[in-house]
Amino acid sequence: MKSYAYFPGCSLEKMAHSYHLSTIETARALGVELKELEDWNCCGATAYFHVDELLAFTLCARNIAMAEQQKLPLVAPCSGCYKNMYFTRDHLRHDADLAEHINDALAEDNLKFSGDSTVHHLIEVFVNDVGLKEVKAKVTHPLKGLRVAAYYGCQILRPKKSKAEDVEQPQFFEDLVAACGAEPVPYPLRLTCCSGALIITNREAALSLVRNLLESAVQAKAAVIVTACPLCQVNLECYQKQVNREFGTELNVPVMYFTQLLGLALGLPPKRLGLGSELVAVMPAIKEAQRVEPALASTS
Amino acid sequence: MNAAPTPTATATAAAPPDSGVSFVEEIGHLLYASKGNPLNTCIQCGTCSATCPVASGGFMDNSPRRVIALIRAGFKEQVLKANTYWYCASCYQCTVRCPRNIDIAELMYGLKRYTVWKAKGQEDLIGPTFTETFVKTILRSGRSYEPVLATTYLFTYGLPEMIQEAQTATALMIKGRLLLLPARIKRLDNFKRMIQHIIPLGDKE
Repeated sequence: MKSYAYFPGCSLEKMAHSYHLSTIETARALGVELKELEDWNCCGATAYFHVDELLAFTLCARNIAMAEQQKLPLVAPCSGCYKNMYFTRDHLRHDADLAEHINDALAEDNLKFSGDSTVHHLIEVFVNDVGLKEVKAKVTHPLKGLRVAAYYGCQILRPKKSKAEDVEQPQFFEDLVAACGAEPVPYPLRLTCCSGALIITNREAALSLVRNLLESAVQAKAAVIVTACPLCQVNLECYQKQVNREFGTELNVPVMYFTQLLGLALGLPPKRLGLGSELVAVMPAIKEAQRVEPALASTS
Repeated sequence: MNAAPTPTATATAAAPPDSGVSFVEEIGHLLYASKGNPLNTCIQCGTCSATCPVASGGFMDNSPRRVIALIRAGFKEQVLKANTYWYCASCYQCTVRCPRNIDIAELMYGLKRYTVWKAKGQEDLIGPTFTETFVKTILRSGRSYEPVLATTYLFTYGLPEMIQEAQTATALMIKGRLLLLPARIKRLDNFKRMIQHIIPLGDKE
């Protein structure tokens, strides 16, 4: 069994609690052990980095150092947390002076950063460490006929982590959707930003970006958008009503986490995956696909 | 310095700094814990501006390309008063596409830090206030807490937006998606002492 130190992040405590639930459930079903980091702190989102880089690195380093204490790689389901901690480790490993300075601070909490624990996004763990072949083998309820817009967003891909990484034409998310038996549709805006924290700091721009993403999914005839980030999910789903109000649109696109999609394909009950807490219900879209699919299959 | 186009709109505030350190050096050195960013290699191709969803949506008063040109030409005031960097959503699309490997998103972070420290910048933006509240919340408890953050922007809204926001919040609350009480980490004392090593927090509690 593969084990990881699990960093849920602030969003998953409440706003994205369904992401937490479905993470735990799918990890268990795939034989991945997640040990929640004891006493983790906020990764800082983008705000720490707006004020002070050293502070931002220190707060991320505290979490990484706790994973190192457990001698486990660190996994985060939130793209923002993942990006912050991934690059903190990267910078600290390449800058001994910076690491030393930060270790002085970490000593107050009896911690030390060494760089031994790698940092991963949850989707990376499922796609690379578990492997799509293994995922596919465990799928008992393939989601046939479900048209899915696999939405990467930003920070699982960017900034680039290595020269070899394909940040323009990635495929792993669509592959995972296909492994669940669903149908990934061509989604032109799959790499375009959901507006992130601008939903708070610049509502006008944010709602416009969200609208583009939703309309692109509708044009692609996607039944659901699947995300790997709590902020993407909240922006695309919870602000849909406000988009409709502002632009006179009638958008009603369900937005779910990849762990929820995967969980359904693994035969887990919707409730245990936190389904039902959305503002735009997901299950009707799933059921509709299941209802239509036999007809599609017989005509093809 | 022949590559930078001359800014036309508000050229009056332009004044090269007299400290011996040019604005482009000052800004370039703000990044990566002083590792620098090669702003002078910018070829003004505009890939950053075209690729930026906020700039191409027409929401930035100066595009990222133009901001780089302004920095290089020493137009400090225009740069700091622009909304550009506070409207950056950190999507890093410009960074991965820049043919000169300038980390433009990181440049935007640098400009945010610069104006936060120097308390300069465009007034009536929500970004700086939000940042301040966010950081304070975390320094107090180790965790973020959405309802406190909401107070930073709600008062800037007009009544219709405020009502819409309240409706969204109510819907989320009904679904059990809002924390009613702020969370906090356990080893908060250690955590605060750790932060004291990095930035002064004022009087110890």
